[in-house]
Amino acid sequence: MSNFTVGIVVFPGSNCDRDMLWALEGCLGIKTKFIWHESSDISGVDSIVLPGGFSYGDYLRCGAVARFSPLINSLDDFVKTGRRVIGICNGFQILTESGFLPGALTTNKNLDFICNDCELEIITSKGSWFNSSNNKINLPIAHGEGRYFCDEDTFKELSDNDLIALRYLSNPNGSSYDIAGVINKEGNVLGLMPHPERACDSTLGGNDGLFTLKSLIEFS
Amino acid sequence: MNQFEAKVSIRLRPSVLDPAGEAIKSAASKLGVEGINSLRIGKLIEVNLEAKEEKEAKEKIELLCDRLFANKVIEDFDYDLKEVNE
Repeated sequence: MSNFTVGIVVFPGSNCDRDMLWALEGCLGIKTKFIWHESSDISGVDSIVLPGGFSYGDYLRCGAVARFSPLINSLDDFVKTGRRVIGICNGFQILTESGFLPGALTTNKNLDFICNDCELEIITSKGSWFNSSNNKINLPIAHGEGRYFCDEDTFKELSDNDLIALRYLSNPNGSSYDIAGVINKEGNVLGLMPHPERACDSTLGGNDGLFTLKSLIEFS
Repeated sequence: MNQFEAKVSIRLRPSVLDPAGEAIKSAASKLGVEGINSLRIGKLIEVNLEAKEEKEAKEKIELLCDRLFANKVIEDFDYDLKEVNE
């Protein structure tokens, strides 16, 4: 096994950090390391996961407080080196709040906390986060505040630069333009509401998430 | 140092759907209150702060609003600021 190490950031209130460890180590044999959000030392990791959960109780807005953690402060330099960062659910909210990705995430249109499988269309091949031989994948979602919002200008910028990662085939939460995930211009930062780490074993309902997690180490 | 009090209002931008506001609007009509054309929910943040003068207090509040209290992609803010004497 290579020494490639994926850092999983733990905030107070993270609750998908151990799921991510199970998926990366148990299903893919990828070495991981938990990083407490107060640490700004990320020199020993090769890519970073911001997992789902309710960082800081989602006070004020989801991800609004987490973005001021020392770890997020040092993320900018990490991203500039081209190393990969994936933010899932609350991690996606943190990435938009801190300006790594455009748009914002807010309350679901129907106010429900939605816990369901979703059919998703893969839009961009940029960054090679998804298996391009598939057009569609199934991943579970679990969120109350996952409605992606962007205005027309931002949508145009996303479309023109091929930055839309995933779209819902049946929009569950009222997201603008059915968007479920976006990437940055360089392609090394991905944020998405669906949970690939919960779709890594067919006995648990599917393994469409494996490719995305594997791509944390296979991208060059 | 002088003391200031700020009341900050955070509102969803008009173009952003407010489903919680819609739910409360529907409850209002169930209460029998008719004629409500729109109802939107925001946040009120009260801050007591120290600053040398009003200009500095304003700068502090502006920074807080801009970087922390509101997400300007979906929210607008405004505030009232006044000096308070103990």
